[in-house]
Amino acid sequence: MRGIFMLVAASALLAACSSTPMGEQPAAGVEERSPAKPGPVPASKPVAQKPIPAVVLPGKPPAPMSPLRDPNNILSKRSVFFDYDKYDVKDEYKALVQAHAQYLRSNPGAKMLIQGNTDERGSREYNLALGQRRADAMKKMMLLVGGKEEQIESVSLGEEKPRAQGSTEEAYAQNRRGDILYSGE
Amino acid sequence: MAVACVGYNPDVNSLSRSVAKALFAAILALMAPLAFAQLSIEITGAGANRIPIAVVPFAGEGAMSSRISAIVRADLERSGLFRALEVPASNAPITEASAVNFDEWRSRLADALVQGSLAALPDGRFEVRFRLFDVPKQVAVGGIAFTLQPGQLRATAHRLADYIYEKLTGERGVFSTRVAYVVKRGARFELQIADADGGGEETALASFEPIISPAWSPDGRHLAYVSFENKKPVVYVHSLLDGKRQVAANFKGSNSAPAWSPDGSRLAVVLSRDGGSQLFMVNADGSGVRRLASSSGIDTEPQFSPDGQWIYFTSDRGGSPQIYRIPAGGGDTQRVTFEGNYNVSPRVSPDGKSLAYIARNGGKFQVALLDLSSRQTQLLTDSDRDESPSFSPNGRMILLATVIGGRGVLSAVSSDGRVKQRITTASGDVREPAWGPFIKE
Repeated sequence: MRGIFMLVAASALLAACSSTPMGEQPAAGVEERSPAKPGPVPASKPVAQKPIPAVVLPGKPPAPMSPLRDPNNILSKRSVFFDYDKYDVKDEYKALVQAHAQYLRSNPGAKMLIQGNTDERGSREYNLALGQRRADAMKKMMLLVGGKEEQIESVSLGEEKPRAQGSTEEAYAQNRRGDILYSGE
Repeated sequence: MAVACVGYNPDVNSLSRSVAKALFAAILALMAPLAFAQLSIEITGAGANRIPIAVVPFAGEGAMSSRISAIVRADLERSGLFRALEVPASNAPITEASAVNFDEWRSRLADALVQGSLAALPDGRFEVRFRLFDVPKQVAVGGIAFTLQPGQLRATAHRLADYIYEKLTGERGVFSTRVAYVVKRGARFELQIADADGGGEETALASFEPIISPAWSPDGRHLAYVSFENKKPVVYVHSLLDGKRQVAANFKGSNSAPAWSPDGSRLAVVLSRDGGSQLFMVNADGSGVRRLASSSGIDTEPQFSPDGQWIYFTSDRGGSPQIYRIPAGGGDTQRVTFEGNYNVSPRVSPDGKSLAYIARNGGKFQVALLDLSSRQTQLLTDSDRDESPSFSPNGRMILLATVIGGRGVLSAVSSDGRVKQRITTASGDVREPAWGPFIKE
């Protein structure tokens, strides 16, 4: 909109230049000439039309970034990956788990759901129990670092909600996972 | 059968949305039988000594939409214990009362012969009558008559097949029983019920979240199962008569693996509410939860023995998942499986004498059968992704889920390993089969 306005203003300025040349005096001693014959007058263009209606889309200004959503905050990272047939939180995910535990401690009203997952191999119910073991391991670490029992529920989705489809090692690795969700998400 | 539908429903404020979703799901569910072919069963292995039987087309059966004799013949053949003989065309309709040319049937090597008729009654119902003959002995060995509504054709044909099966094999037929299973089509999960021959499928529950572990109540009127409609596994009991659902276990943590007690009053379940996955007992209405066993490992997949004395279950308390049992009232645990390092999903046969389970052998998951007295183990399948074995109520067949060509299908194998069936649908992944009980007369 601002661009259009500037275009209109610029053309109005140009039109002003051509229609009323600044009174530049002819050089002395030069034969006076009759004023140039007026050429055909171009059809005049309106400089400005009716005001342009503003379209306002519904919505609110963005809320200040929640640390849970800020991609630069470790709290936006929610997944812990596990090795095959392993249920301990690997060193590389300890900072993540500790950060979430810290968040729980500073926000006593916050509640967390930890969902454990497994790859698709084997019995569905046994896998549900294995996913529970992963979720429980994450919960246990959260409790050690400051989360409260009543803030954390660990559950399992077993092999039922795979993030990656397919029967490949890559897909299996993606699906051996614990996910952190906060209440209301 | 009523259809219940669920979507993820985070709070009561979204009621209208969930109602709309449920309506949409219900409409889809109603369309499903039209849009997708029913389960079809292909016999891929048969018994060694099949009884040759001739089922003569019933006089007057053309009055109904399907031919009753064809359903009976297909039932008997599918069992793998019968070989249906070709029946020569006859000029005159043959009824149960028609004279039998035993010499001709003997020359066709028939052992058994079925003749019958279907007649319309003045009140709009039909009557089917039939007689079963022993060809070598040249005698009628049984016969029966049923009155039926036009909509009961398939059910009546299955009853006839059950009668013939029992007369000739000495064991009860399962053609009148039903099976439950879960079909996944895209993002949609459907808990379906079908006749044992795959026909007459109905959707009991449709959801956009997974459904696993359906378990029939002993009276065949309810299914317990695990639904993930609320971000976590919760155990429900679902009435097939009116579609009403009741929460049987929804404690903090995961709730799963429901198994009915033989009297239908209680469920063994797995709860993680006190940490880990552990065995508990609840009343079928969800009341009276109490712990059944304690271990530091995983205890899951409980199953009552048919006499109600034992609960078999999977546990990794010894390091690898193995099958154990514990007295249903609590007590000392005994280890049941010892071979291999992955034995899961125990199912006790209806006679209590053997145990079917899934064993991992060199990366393949296969159905194994353990004779509980001789301790002999037999592998029954040669597939590699078998899950969820389920005995037919007469113990003859084991229904299971497997994967063929990347797609989930059901298959069945006889408990002697000889008869094999593959059960497929036109689309979708089929899994989590559960064979229902005998229907009380």
